[in-house]
Amino acid sequence: MNQWKNFTKGFIKENPILVLVLGTCPTLATTSSAINGLAMGLATTFVLVGSNVVVSLVAKMIPDKVRIPSYVVVIASFVTIVDLSMQAYVPAVYATLGIFIPLIVVNCIVLGRAEAFANKNTVLSSLIDGLGMGLGFAMALGILGAIREILGSGAIFGMKVMNSGALVFVLAPGAFIALGYLIALVNKIKK
Amino acid sequence: MEYILIIISAILVNNIILAQFLGVCPFLGVSNKVSTALGMSGAVTFVIVLATMVTYLLQVYVLKPLEIEYLRTISFILVIAALVQMVEIILKKISPSLYQALGIFLPLITTNCAVLGVAILVVQKDYNLLEGVVFGTATAIGFGLALVILAGIREHMDLVNIPKGMKGVPISLIVAGILALAFMGFTGLV
Repeated sequence: MNQWKNFTKGFIKENPILVLVLGTCPTLATTSSAINGLAMGLATTFVLVGSNVVVSLVAKMIPDKVRIPSYVVVIASFVTIVDLSMQAYVPAVYATLGIFIPLIVVNCIVLGRAEAFANKNTVLSSLIDGLGMGLGFAMALGILGAIREILGSGAIFGMKVMNSGALVFVLAPGAFIALGYLIALVNKIKK
Repeated sequence: MEYILIIISAILVNNIILAQFLGVCPFLGVSNKVSTALGMSGAVTFVIVLATMVTYLLQVYVLKPLEIEYLRTISFILVIAALVQMVEIILKKISPSLYQALGIFLPLITTNCAVLGVAILVVQKDYNLLEGVVFGTATAIGFGLALVILAGIREHMDLVNIPKGMKGVPISLIVAGILALAFMGFTGLV
């Protein structure tokens, strides 16, 4: 029961994007379509799970003063793994996400979970926390991507549902405005 | 001429926040007041220019000759983290007044994706050292411009009655969206 709560808290109650508002850069940049958003979310989930597990394993061995740089090295290693594997196996997705794959390393969620959760909890809870938070992040990215894709190009997951769309939602301004209204909606529902 | 193109493009056309979405976290976090926004932009400019120089040299003289370019992410972020720490220590010793003004922002900058983003972009765009520094400086000015404009608008918004759910982050994002729309007008300038 407790682990289940630990897993699901990232979906709504502590959703990294919609409630904590962390990691806004990739959120805005990679959600021009639902599929891009999901791909980014899953890449981040992998890094988050990996770094959470390793950090919880080594946390006791690392002196307090150098813990942040050490966590950053752990995170950067997983980011490099994702970077190279995506380049090799899904070059098309890699090309669209571009610079934002290496930039997962500075995504505040990843370091935030390492510092706030993984270094004081067991390996299993850290793994579940990383998975839940990562999937919550991916879900929010997928939703935002779907909204922008429908409004912007009249399609969802590449399938046409409307004849045309307002191009502005695929471009930069639409990203800010769509995320703004989405967070406002979540605030409203929570009350 | 080439440098002027880089400057105009980095400040207005491809503004780092409003068009490329790098550094959005501090953009939302420290845009409550114009004075803090100015402090943050100063610190970011300082670090971006230094980091661009150091990472460029690292790329050209270490990573490339040794053919270990796959270590770019890991080495760049370490260099940036060390650099920020060093700048903090040096500033504290040399210029306490500047440290007072910029100090609290410095630790935040390590996780500012604009710094790592610019370092990677300079390598991707194949700039030489001078072009890289010009690009870094112009990008940082673009960052400061967007930050100060948003802070100015948010100061005025304090006096307005905003619906409860929209307060804080949502309304800032929507204002940023309208700003991005305005900045789109610069498309085609370069």
